[in-house]
Amino acid sequence: MASIAGFGSYLPARVVTNAELAAQLDCKPEWILEVSGIEERRYAASDEDVVAMGVAAARNCLDRAQCPAADIRLLIVSSASSPQRFPGPAAAIAAQLGLGETPAIDIPVASAGSLFGLALASHLAASGGPVLVVATEKMSQAIELLPDQRNTAILFGDGAGACLVREGAGLLRIAGRELGSDGTFASDLRLPLAGPVEMNGRSVIMQATRKIPRAILAVLERSGVPPADVQAFVMHQANQNLMDRVAKGVGAPADRFYSNIRRYGNTSSASMLIAAAEWWTGAALSPGAPVCFAAFGAGFHWGAILAITE
Amino acid sequence: MNNQDRIAQILKAVSQNPELPGADESLFDGGYLDSFALPEVVAALEKEFGIKIPDSDLNPRKFETINKIEQYVGARQ
Repeated sequence: MASIAGFGSYLPARVVTNAELAAQLDCKPEWILEVSGIEERRYAASDEDVVAMGVAAARNCLDRAQCPAADIRLLIVSSASSPQRFPGPAAAIAAQLGLGETPAIDIPVASAGSLFGLALASHLAASGGPVLVVATEKMSQAIELLPDQRNTAILFGDGAGACLVREGAGLLRIAGRELGSDGTFASDLRLPLAGPVEMNGRSVIMQATRKIPRAILAVLERSGVPPADVQAFVMHQANQNLMDRVAKGVGAPADRFYSNIRRYGNTSSASMLIAAAEWWTGAALSPGAPVCFAAFGAGFHWGAILAITE
Repeated sequence: MNNQDRIAQILKAVSQNPELPGADESLFDGGYLDSFALPEVVAALEKEFGIKIPDSDLNPRKFETINKIEQYVGARQ
């Protein structure tokens, strides 16, 4: 069975407060906090792209896992904000990490990308060796800071996360997965080639508040784990109000849902792994504790992964 | 109580605001409901009317006004 052997993250230095955004978006800072739970987010520098952030998160992960880059047998990179249609950032990140001709693939499925990457890695690590999953997003390039775009512009930030998955013992053993996709409402959340992000917030919320709890409950039920026994939920940091609704839908205490959205905003696919890297640093769980990862995003794609501390 | 009255009760309970908009007025544009209230409304409709609202019907336009909700619920009963 595959395990997560380490997490890593990278966040750009520039902090963008609600006060700074509110001035450009013709709204109040308090309104931003009320509707999103976000106080500030990070924006990458103009010369800092998804490759640079992805490499930084990957190195942080490999350092923390004490894993030489040469051991990696597959790199999976999730990014929905890469500036070009092809190639995606995977090959460039692999090159900068010194992975030689190690295969490197892109999965541009936006917010659920790191969850899908983790699920794929947990399958592939058993037969192919260690898999490094990187999620890297420069969402500040996918928004427009204009008053008529405020509903989406307030949400997003930049950053990258990573995790290492390999066969055998690690930090967390992957115990179950539940993934889903439904293109019925594909146009309700998308980033056209010319940008900016287009989002039908009501549709996204209606689908997410049903599909995320359903996926979590499905993966828990298959493993015979009651929701109340899950010690931590680490999910895509989309919106604090959404995370609170998911907690209610699952029937678990809201304080078991790790949240850093107040400081980083929604970093699309990077958010779950950034959150995981922070959460794990402060986690003090006994062996055998169930932990649940979950995400939902454009497509729609969604899912949940159950892991057990080792 | 007719369907519209039952829907009105649900909306008032979710929004905690007794001043309902007109039957053809948007529940959202004037701020009567916010986006996060809509899933609660849908769950309450399922319970009140004994219907199952599939994911494929979770189009916010179907729940934009009291009249639209009434039409939808009537068709599902």
